Amino acid sequence: MKRTATLTLTAALLASTAMAEGEVTIASWGGSYQDAQSKALFEPAAEATGIEVKQETYGGMSDVRLQVSTGQVTLDIVASGSGSAARAGAEGLLEELDYDVIDVSNFYPTLKSTYCVGGDVFSTVYAWNTDTYGEDGPQSWADFWDVENFPGSRAYRGSVAGALEPALMADGVPMEEVYEVLSSEEGIERAIDKIRELKPNIEVFWSSGAQHAQLMKDGEVDMTTGWNGRFDNAAKDGAKVAYSFNQALLDYDCFAIPKGAPNKGTAMAFLAEISKPEYQDDLPKYITYGPTNKAAYETGEISAETAATLPSSPENAALQLPISLDWYAEWETVAAEMYQEMLTE
Amino acid sequence: MQANSDTAPPGTAAPERLNEAGLRRDGRLERLALFGLASPAMLLILVILVIPVGWLFYVSFLGADGSFSLENYERMISRKSYARIFVTTFQVSLLTTGICILIGYPLAYFMSQLPDRLANIALITVLLPFWTSLLVRTYAWLVLLQRQGLVNDWGISLGLWEEPLKLVHNMTGTLIGMVHIMLPFLILPVYGSMKAINRDLMKAASNLGAHPRRAFWDVFFPLTMPGLSAGALMVFILCLGFFVTPAVLGGGKVIMVSMQIVRNIELFVNWGAASALGVVLLVLTMAILWIASRFLKLENLAGGGHG
Repeated sequence: MKRTATLTLTAALLASTAMAEGEVTIASWGGSYQDAQSKALFEPAAEATGIEVKQETYGGMSDVRLQVSTGQVTLDIVASGSGSAARAGAEGLLEELDYDVIDVSNFYPTLKSTYCVGGDVFSTVYAWNTDTYGEDGPQSWADFWDVENFPGSRAYRGSVAGALEPALMADGVPMEEVYEVLSSEEGIERAIDKIRELKPNIEVFWSSGAQHAQLMKDGEVDMTTGWNGRFDNAAKDGAKVAYSFNQALLDYDCFAIPKGAPNKGTAMAFLAEISKPEYQDDLPKYITYGPTNKAAYETGEISAETAATLPSSPENAALQLPISLDWYAEWETVAAEMYQEMLTE
Repeated sequence: MQANSDTAPPGTAAPERLNEAGLRRDGRLERLALFGLASPAMLLILVILVIPVGWLFYVSFLGADGSFSLENYERMISRKSYARIFVTTFQVSLLTTGICILIGYPLAYFMSQLPDRLANIALITVLLPFWTSLLVRTYAWLVLLQRQGLVNDWGISLGLWEEPLKLVHNMTGTLIGMVHIMLPFLILPVYGSMKAINRDLMKAASNLGAHPRRAFWDVFFPLTMPGLSAGALMVFILCLGFFVTPAVLGGGKVIMVSMQIVRNIELFVNWGAASALGVVLLVLTMAILWIASRFLKLENLAGGGHG
């Protein structure tokens, strides 16, 4: 699945403002997500800088681990979830980012780390079929669990990331105490027990964003958890799906440079370019993920209506629980094993 | 021998013995030559099978910090999910093999009775699915079997059932998909062994007064056993390593060892945790083959229809 977007070298030659030249290979998650990144970030930035961009899809940090451990690094930039990037960075798989080159002065302070610079903000939400429940579907995680008032089949995430927090909220834990409760094996077990309770109604444990979007498009399940941008794009394609930001999980994706990347310097310059507000403000046109650079809201490209639909808009952000990277660094492995016990029962 | 004694010098006391030495030398040379021809394949097996499997064993005893440790195996004992994943893996493989036999054997029998031209067409039809990628076939089943898929739509509109049947995202869907993919692997060797059977044997059985049913079970069926056990074993072993089909059609609830290997690589940042699963699967599979060899003549497997 190699997709190569060869970008006009001629344009680069003509552009007198070209700051750097060279090439970078970028790997991301494919689907409507990578299309959006490509149109809003990679292609315009390639044109402006003269850097030639090759795009690939990849399977996540395990691919980077394989490349780094065998010394065969081919990727210069990878798009990653914030949590897995934090773990990979701690493991020594990523280059430290040079924030003298990448200007993050207007970034939300929580949306960057030593090894990974935020690219977009997204939410893990509950979505429902509007044919089954109408526009006013479930309004909380408790409703998601309520099979009496909202009968119908569910889909839920097949891995532990973003799966336990909703269960605790459904069990009555206030949003601000979720990570406190989860910071012990008993707390994790409590969340998993809550999922066990719903399990007879869970038809599918999904494993990718493309999958949960497809499940809703096909009407295979009536309700699912998932990433908000995928549902908006599915709805654009005619899927009967709506979602709410209430009690959703606020998370971000970021860009990192694998250790020993062949074009590390060029990659750094390219990250600096795509972190600028003039690129980030285009992303919401293609997928409803918010910018990580606050200045992107001030360029006038993002209308007030669009801003209101983004996960990171102040009103929406206030409704949500920001993901705790610290919790994932400390507990994810343990929680994943316990989650698997529940899955295989 | 006849030809040899013609060329032997006349008047020699024991021409056979003289030839014997020459024949033995020729035999040795021929064996060497054959060994020489086989050596690239053996070297290849050494490089792509023996060395990696050895490495797999070694890595499975390395802990997260890279030192010698049994933690990867201890985890499989302390966490019940691993045992359940192995049970699921063998259950899915056995069921798939069983269903393939039930469907494939009669089909192969039917094909073996057809006139040659029709049999060839039937054979091509059996092989046709191989021309499509496994992923495409798996997704095709998803489209057919899902809640608002073709099968449920038709079944409901024809009044065969009222509520959509749960045909996919579970064990049922996984088995349907896997049987479809595995069927040719069973049919081909069974068909081969059926074609090799001398038809006169059946006539002889009838001639001796055997009812057709008895002739089938006492004469025909035993002669197809080598093909059947070869096919069944191939299906079973291929099933053990399946990944795509259960991942797509199992709805995240049918978790087989290969899927867990991927999860472990993603989860425990070291190869050991995944390697240990591979080692246990390999050992269990060999144990099952050893037990099977007590009941089936596995050495006949390579012989196809000549058993």
